[in-house]
Amino acid sequence: MAAVAETLETVQAANDGGYKWGFETDIAMEFAPKGLNEDIVRFISAKKNEPEWLLEWRLKAYAMWLKMEEPEWAAVKYPKIDYQDAYYYAAPSNKTVPKSLDEVDPELLRTYEKLGIPVQEQQRLQGIAVDMVFDSVSVATTFKDRLAKEGIIFCSISEAVQNHPELVKQYLGSVVPQGDNYFACLNSAVFTDGSFVFIPKGVRCPMELSTYFRINAKSTGQFERTLIIAEAGSHVSYLEGCTAPMRDENQMHAAVVELVAMDDATIKYSTVQNWYPGDAEGKGGIYNFVTKRGACRGARSKISWTQVETGSAITWKYPSCMLLGDDSVGEFYSVAITNNHQQADTGTKMWHVGKNTRSTIVSKGISAGQGQNTYRGLVKVSPKATGARNFTQCDSLLIGDQCGAHTVPYIENRCATAKVEHEATTSRIAEDQLFYCRSRGLTQEEAVGLIVNGFCREVLKELPMEFAVEAQKLLAISLEGSVG
Amino acid sequence: MNAQTSSAASSTAGAFLARFEGLREHLPGGRLPWLAKLRAEAAAFFAAAGLPNRRIEAWRYTDLAPIAQAGFSEALTLAAEAPALPPMRAPYRAVFVDGRFAENLSVMPEAYPCGSLAAGLDGTESRLGALAEDLPLVALNTMLFEDGLLLDLPAGAEGGVIEMLSVASHASRPIAFHPRHLIRLGDGASLTLIETSLGPAEATYLHNPVFEIAVGAGATLSHVRIQREGRAGFQLSTVHAAVQAGGTYDNFTLNAGARLVRNEIHASLLGPKAACHMNGAQLAGDGQHADTTTFLDHAAPDCASRQTYKTVLAGKSRGVFQGKILVRQAAQRTDGYQMNQALLLSEEAEIDAKPQLEIYADDVKCSHGATVGALDEAQLFYLRARGIPAEQARAMLVQAFLVEAVEGVTDPIAQAALAEATEGWWEREAA
Repeated sequence: MAAVAETLETVQAANDGGYKWGFETDIAMEFAPKGLNEDIVRFISAKKNEPEWLLEWRLKAYAMWLKMEEPEWAAVKYPKIDYQDAYYYAAPSNKTVPKSLDEVDPELLRTYEKLGIPVQEQQRLQGIAVDMVFDSVSVATTFKDRLAKEGIIFCSISEAVQNHPELVKQYLGSVVPQGDNYFACLNSAVFTDGSFVFIPKGVRCPMELSTYFRINAKSTGQFERTLIIAEAGSHVSYLEGCTAPMRDENQMHAAVVELVAMDDATIKYSTVQNWYPGDAEGKGGIYNFVTKRGACRGARSKISWTQVETGSAITWKYPSCMLLGDDSVGEFYSVAITNNHQQADTGTKMWHVGKNTRSTIVSKGISAGQGQNTYRGLVKVSPKATGARNFTQCDSLLIGDQCGAHTVPYIENRCATAKVEHEATTSRIAEDQLFYCRSRGLTQEEAVGLIVNGFCREVLKELPMEFAVEAQKLLAISLEGSVG
Repeated sequence: MNAQTSSAASSTAGAFLARFEGLREHLPGGRLPWLAKLRAEAAAFFAAAGLPNRRIEAWRYTDLAPIAQAGFSEALTLAAEAPALPPMRAPYRAVFVDGRFAENLSVMPEAYPCGSLAAGLDGTESRLGALAEDLPLVALNTMLFEDGLLLDLPAGAEGGVIEMLSVASHASRPIAFHPRHLIRLGDGASLTLIETSLGPAEATYLHNPVFEIAVGAGATLSHVRIQREGRAGFQLSTVHAAVQAGGTYDNFTLNAGARLVRNEIHASLLGPKAACHMNGAQLAGDGQHADTTTFLDHAAPDCASRQTYKTVLAGKSRGVFQGKILVRQAAQRTDGYQMNQALLLSEEAEIDAKPQLEIYADDVKCSHGATVGALDEAQLFYLRARGIPAEQARAMLVQAFLVEAVEGVTDPIAQAALAEATEGWWEREAA
């Protein structure tokens, strides 16, 4: 009965109102001039006081981007984006870099507190270290000193460029090269901030690391860049959360995340994506075009992606694993919800190169309202990946007759000893399940919440505990008004 | 695709277009204004689209460059001597040599209209091109077809079993033929059509058939296709089937021959309670490329579809399966199922699979599955431990793997044809 009580509570909380993260923080901001050109790229680089090589790297990406075409293969529809009609840099105008949390603008801290992010180190909940990214810059990172004692580097990528340039230079773009795809290329040219994590050999990170992304300013795009390196035998769990104010305009978020796992290292990357999805008529919301990729470079390394995608007007996201090391493991667990006019085209790529590499894909798509939800995934097995193994499961749930659920898995196998399995189902919530719940006194909405949570349980159980609770609440809120 | 092959592809499209320009007056129905217009429109479409290339999503796994390089022409004269034909299995047989109906070799039913399309073009204005979609290969066919089967089974008629035989003649140069088959079953009619395509082992030729099949309300068509083209031949086939309320279209396709085959099936379930079964087996050995691409369009409520495809790959071969199920918003209570499995018997084989669901109705039950793997060592061991030699054990397991797809074929004549086509495949390819 615990699950029922929990769900009841969840649904109760959901009834409090729609998107409660939609407020806007009124704070003095500094912007780059509107538009995108080489000068803007130089401006961003200069603002961040970057070394020459990084500026060159950005300019090279920008030159490539100009020659690229926006991809059209995803099952998402949106009006043509005017890349000149946005600010590519927006930061709270605080002249000095805060040395500790005490120096951070209290207005900013209040924003994160309002969002429920533990910013005060003494209030540590289950020991989570947080990097807070506000529009284009990282405003604070908690528990830095505690982590430094273990030799762990956890800071914003801008700080890493200043303090650990050799590491950044070695790994930046090594998993997602500048010209990888249109949005990653744009990000390479104009990325502003994001997190940098380095876990030294044999270290097990003592706490969850987390980044909280917040888009606040109007007409800005957020282009963050995250780089996580796990040296041999190390272990890290990283969480990512995001929200934005409610606005009529569409704002763009084009992030790049690169993970590198060496021998026996494990990286667990969890995302709860809750960008503003737009209103019930489909007005406004975030365009979320994200490139996430992990390289299992070492033998027996493991990269596990877990994502709960409830927000954004458009989600275009394929967290992938390159399984290069022998016996390496890739995992992808995903829940994607589309309600109202949301569109999601998300999935993964598992590229088996090393021997006896294994991958697991579990994707749960839920469509309601007029939402369109697509799973798009590729499992590719190279001739040398003998003994490779993949299992993929994609389940879709349809709520209402105006929505769509689509599954597009690709299997490319060039190795006779590899075993690849895929299964997909599409269904709606069965009447008998609803009847069972209703006859036990649950309302229609509670029953749906309960069933949806059950449908997603396989994925939710992969999330760190405190994220799992948040995710369950989000599921219920996202589906609000979809039944009745 | 690099610039070189893509220019080769467009020049091939150019070669087909040039042949059309030269032949257009002489093609069957040249004096029918509506057909001349249809062919001209198809030529314009083909000129704009060109031969499909790998940048097109539906063609990402099948490269037509070998066709582009072959330089085909039409078989202008009939082969001097009739090709050797297999013995007749069914009471009726329609024989096509290089895409043209061979009346002297055929035995046709008299109870209903069934014969050469070229001879019966006059009444087909409303039918020709009505079911086929705008696809480059269909346009190529429309532009250049010379003949085909025209079959019109009246409502309630029992059509029995008809064999269709497509034979490529020995030609000294690469020939291309594009037969167009129009098949219509009236309400409640039923028919079994068993089509075998054959060709000489060493001849390079292109067989590009297009089927337009209309299955009336409550009618049943069982369509068995056995592709045994010569190992240097190419087959690009497109089947368009439209099924009305309560009708059933069954398609079974065996791909055993050809250097490259693309078997594309589009079925639309247009009325309530229509059904479609698509099953198939692909056996590809060294140097072969076998592609099955299916598209099932559920456009009406309460329809059911079942698909089971098995691919076995030996030597340096490549197998492709792409299957899409579309469930439109009106198609409530759809029951759709698709399974495709591949068995890789060699280190050099490659399989690419893309099952796809696109669903816009909520009260549906749709699922698909795909598996790819090698023979199960435990099963092999089991058989060998019982004294069965390794090769024989493998052959048994391959056969067992195919059973699920093949067992849908229930007509004894079709079963016999199928058994003949697959017999000894493993022994030949493993050698």
